[in-house]
Amino acid sequence: MIELTNLTKAYGGKLAVDDLSVTVRPGRVTGFLGPNGAGKSTTLRMILGLNAPSAGTVTVDGVPFATHPRGLRHAGALLDAGDVQGGRTARGHLRVLAASNRIPRDRVEEVLDLAGIGAAAGRRISGFSLGMRQRLGIAAALLGDPPVLLFDEPFNGLDPEGVLWVRELFKSLAAEGRTVFVSSHLMSEMENTAEHLVVIGRGRLIADESLAAFAGRGDGGHVRVRTPEAERLATLLTGAGGGVEAAGETLTVTGLSGDRVGELAFEHRVLLRELSTHKASLEAAFMELTADSVEYKAGAKR
Amino acid sequence: MTDLMAQPAKKAPMNAGPVRNEPRARFGDLLAAEWHKLWTLRSTAWAIIGGAVLIPLMSVLAAVTDYVNFPEYPDGIKENFFPSWSSNDAFSDGSAWVMLLLLGSIGAVIVAGEYSSGMIRANYAAVPRRRQLMAAKLTVVTALFTVWGAVVAVVAFFSSQAILDGRGVGIDIDYPGALRLVLGSAMLAPVSVIAGMAIAAILRGLAASIVTTIGVTLLAPVLMNSQRDWVIRVQNLFPISAWRRLSNIDPDGSSWFRPAELTVGGAWMVYAVWVVAAIVVGVLVVRRDP
Repeated sequence: MIELTNLTKAYGGKLAVDDLSVTVRPGRVTGFLGPNGAGKSTTLRMILGLNAPSAGTVTVDGVPFATHPRGLRHAGALLDAGDVQGGRTARGHLRVLAASNRIPRDRVEEVLDLAGIGAAAGRRISGFSLGMRQRLGIAAALLGDPPVLLFDEPFNGLDPEGVLWVRELFKSLAAEGRTVFVSSHLMSEMENTAEHLVVIGRGRLIADESLAAFAGRGDGGHVRVRTPEAERLATLLTGAGGGVEAAGETLTVTGLSGDRVGELAFEHRVLLRELSTHKASLEAAFMELTADSVEYKAGAKR
Repeated sequence: MTDLMAQPAKKAPMNAGPVRNEPRARFGDLLAAEWHKLWTLRSTAWAIIGGAVLIPLMSVLAAVTDYVNFPEYPDGIKENFFPSWSSNDAFSDGSAWVMLLLLGSIGAVIVAGEYSSGMIRANYAAVPRRRQLMAAKLTVVTALFTVWGAVVAVVAFFSSQAILDGRGVGIDIDYPGALRLVLGSAMLAPVSVIAGMAIAAILRGLAASIVTTIGVTLLAPVLMNSQRDWVIRVQNLFPISAWRRLSNIDPDGSSWFRPAELTVGGAWMVYAVWVVAAIVVGVLVVRRDP
């Protein structure tokens, strides 16, 4: 369990993290979302005691992380796949970390194999692709078999097989009762991974809710229907409790399922040329939610 | 820190998976990790080995050159060759410079390499006790280079003097000041490396750390070429000046080394002050966010 209480970090006069209070619970994968520069990495660093908060507190399983003399058995983290010295081999890198926490060398081989880089263990990290570095970082996080795991943008650079593997790994780690906190700036990555979402923008908490609740925030889905008798169908749909927006022959219906729209049309012998359902997009919900708090907005369209 | 350790950690909730079988944290584990770090980076390993070959080789080549050229030297030089020229073959100004340059850079790279790569974050997450970690690093590196310096100085001294013995001008280790020359040269190694580490601990950037280390330990004392008293007194505070005093074994002071006002005791003190200052700085500056 990770508990953030009024956590704040200021750099100069600028607030990178602004009064954040969140509890990350064990047993499920919690996604940590926000646009670039929202303060995700700074928050993760504060959880690990790497950066000192300007105000507020953060605890890992009840105590500030920095009170542990050795950390790997309490929390494992992949903060940045680049946080390695390229001159070392993957095995050498992990052995150094393992030695400092008196973790046996067998465990190094175990996590290398688990991360799928056993065959590259003797190669220098400088020759690794980003995806392989991510795998190495994940292997390092798993070294101490910790109850709390933090991953900062773990999907970057992974191939599709890797993405799938990471998703399943995170889910299985959570299923074992661990706290798994995964940051990302892409909703699509979280959609199939996280059960719970924490969304921040410009350092502030925007949402802290289940994936389902989050999905409900968007337009809730809609049905599109095209008919030459648009006016008549619109009246029928409105009568059945739906919201209708008409544009020529096309109606956009909310509040009614696609099945119901089809049934109504059939019962009243309305000819349909198209009927399609559009599910709520998490991506859209995320974009909508964070639109006001995007730190680095792209310039005008060319 | 100790009161936090004495306090039992709050019980983690059951489903968080309690931390089982955590061995007690030992400083020795950190020493082992730092030792491993040194040898798993090939560049560092090669610099350590390369330097250990280069410096004695310089002494051997100097001695061989003098051995070959000896018959042609004018009588004045032949008469004064022992002991000042002989000691210069054992460990010259050039050797001291190479040592400062090489080991200062190695020290800077060992520390700044971790900051600039970001490895330091992975390290602090694994070992939240930053001071212990830095202390372990300083201990391992300083110990290694004390032995390294001793081996280099002993090999440089005995091999060069054995060659000069062929002309009857080799210095015996029993000769007054000879042992001091060897020890003073040996100890320049840990002093150089720890100075580089401390400077890098402050600056953290790789290039800046190397340049500053070389600037502070090598260039600064060399650029102070005034004979004014106060300049010499400042210059005396640098390791290279201490080394010059310790390695000057000419009893009547007629060597071509700059006459140093440092006493032998003062020279050892300069070494000690640099080491202590570097440890204090290195252990104190880890508080800043990496």
